[in-house]
Amino acid sequence: MDIPLQAILSQALLGLNNGAFYALLSLGLAVIFGMLNVVNFAHGTFYMLGAFVALLGYNQLGWILGDESIYMSFWAALIVGPIVVGLLGVLIEKTMLSRLYKVDHLYGLLLTFGLALIFEGVLTNYFNVAGEPYNAKPEILEGAVNLGFMVFPKYRLFSIVLSLTVCFAIWYLIEKTKFGSHLRAGTENPDVTRAFGIDVPSLRTLTYFLGVALAGLAGVVAAPIYSVSPRMGSDLIIIVFAVVVIGGMGSIMGAILTGIALGLLEGLVKVFYPPLANTVIFIAMALVLLWRPSGLFGKEA
Amino acid sequence: MQSCKPLVLALALALPATTFAGPLSGDKVKIGILTDMSGVYASVGGKGSVIAAQMAIADFGGKVLDKPIELVSADHQNKADIGVGKAREWFDTQGVDMVNDLLNSGVGIAVQKLGAEKKRITINNGAGSTALTGKECSPYGIHYAFDTYALAKGTATALMKQGLDSWYFLQADYAFGAALQGDASKIVAATGGKVLGTVKHPLSSTDFSSYLIQAQDSKAKVVGLANAGADFVNAVKQAKEFGLKQTIAGLLVFDSDVKALGLNAAQGMKFTTAYSWELNPEMEVFGKKFFAKAGFMPTMDHAGVYSSTLHYLNAVKAAGTDDADAVMKKMRETKVNDFFAKNGVIREDGRMVHDMYLVEVLKPSESKGAWDQLKLLATIPGEVAFKPLAGSECPLIKK
Repeated sequence: MDIPLQAILSQALLGLNNGAFYALLSLGLAVIFGMLNVVNFAHGTFYMLGAFVALLGYNQLGWILGDESIYMSFWAALIVGPIVVGLLGVLIEKTMLSRLYKVDHLYGLLLTFGLALIFEGVLTNYFNVAGEPYNAKPEILEGAVNLGFMVFPKYRLFSIVLSLTVCFAIWYLIEKTKFGSHLRAGTENPDVTRAFGIDVPSLRTLTYFLGVALAGLAGVVAAPIYSVSPRMGSDLIIIVFAVVVIGGMGSIMGAILTGIALGLLEGLVKVFYPPLANTVIFIAMALVLLWRPSGLFGKEA
Repeated sequence: MQSCKPLVLALALALPATTFAGPLSGDKVKIGILTDMSGVYASVGGKGSVIAAQMAIADFGGKVLDKPIELVSADHQNKADIGVGKAREWFDTQGVDMVNDLLNSGVGIAVQKLGAEKKRITINNGAGSTALTGKECSPYGIHYAFDTYALAKGTATALMKQGLDSWYFLQADYAFGAALQGDASKIVAATGGKVLGTVKHPLSSTDFSSYLIQAQDSKAKVVGLANAGADFVNAVKQAKEFGLKQTIAGLLVFDSDVKALGLNAAQGMKFTTAYSWELNPEMEVFGKKFFAKAGFMPTMDHAGVYSSTLHYLNAVKAAGTDDADAVMKKMRETKVNDFFAKNGVIREDGRMVHDMYLVEVLKPSESKGAWDQLKLLATIPGEVAFKPLAGSECPLIKK
């Protein structure tokens, strides 16, 4: 097969773009599983809701406030989206999830799966599955830059940088700071941690907020590229789960590195044999699990 | 023989009662809308199709031959087995006389087969595959609103005329994508153009950038999108983002997709459609009436469901019965004349032949409102738009 270097470079960059995005989504899932032992099936839904907060903030805020000239800009959405979605997560954690920590993870999985179906159903009813365009992409990120081997949209460069920065900041927060060590202690040995005067339930709520807010942030970042639709989460969630499983359930660095690696792998497969592109991730998953059942970076069970 | 008398009397009374129970089976006409209520094509058909059928029944007067008209609906989830299961239940136990919409070629073909076996009329509106009136045609099946041939024909011919003679396709990797790509490629080749390549992508892909870059590298003048719904919308958005200079041709585009894309991304795109509320005043009347009930403008699928349901009810009335053979005969004999079709004819192979329209998406500056998004470029007469009957693979006409 004769594929020019230029094509491989450009596909690698596109792959990195998707990889960074997978990493950002998987990270939240890994944080929630690692710290709370909850298999958060509603993660794709929180991602979708982040995009909807951005969309409605841009299209409807002025209408709600009675002054058409008011709208939420993309920059504001980057802050507001994760917070709104995170707060919804807090509500769910406080009222429902927190009651399930003592029982098998299966219950958490079923609860979050049910919530995902409800949110998707309600939004489908109001917005239709075709979705709506989000036109708030800021002027400064319009257009593309010539990188020599390809012309690359500025917005995509921005999203790579943003995703990777956030990923490594979260990794640093959890693995290297005092707050992070409390968080980890709170999951590994809640009783002892509580004895040290640390409020474990609040720590858990905060963790869920953080994980869900990351999904919301990914949704805002995705909104200008993809159409905002009630189904956008369910289309991605399986890939994101595969990333977390390959990386090792609960491993923060595992989720980040695997996300990036799988994005790259998928990008290259799209050049060599496109029909395999959606499947290659699952082939990789099967192979990794045969070789290391707890995932690449997972702690031995 | 005294004891036999009541029995004989009962028989004498019962016989005519079963034979002359009335011209309608079950003493009513029952219509089923089988569609995608929750999946990728729910905005194309879905609850809009149910609303369209309700409108047709209401406009007909709610009764036919003084008997009630009933409507039932179900979600086939884009799965042929679920669709056939539901249709079988409808035919066998619920007395459904006609099934409409169908949407999704896999389901459409399967249910049309069942209809042929059970002698019930099936009308495909949302499904695209030309196989419905080709290899898979049925004496009780009608393909109403559009098909992949007509869509590809209108769009490809128009672009070829502008000198856009080299094509590269992005194709959804399943039967429908292949049919659309195949039909378009034949038309490009027949009018002297070249197909430089095709890249197949899995159904419901999110990221199209790699495929678009490959299309760009092909240097083809036109990038043809042989996909639909969310795949189509994402591909067009991303083509704009990557600054593709080539002409993007959407081969199956619904008004709802243009709405989802926004004029910014879709402007200037040309495509073929069977209906849009903006094409003429009559279509506008229907569109606005539908909008008042549904909250969104109808797609060509919704318009087709309305028109075909009304045509069916008129045929039942004219035939004086809901017997499938008699109704089909009337439906073929009578031309369709409403906002959707002028002198539309249902051919022997089941194809409803009517005019199609080549349209262009407006620039944002030309649009006067939320659903003002298309302008008419040309009307394509039915006999040009659809695949001619001669050379059809339909076994019914090979006599």
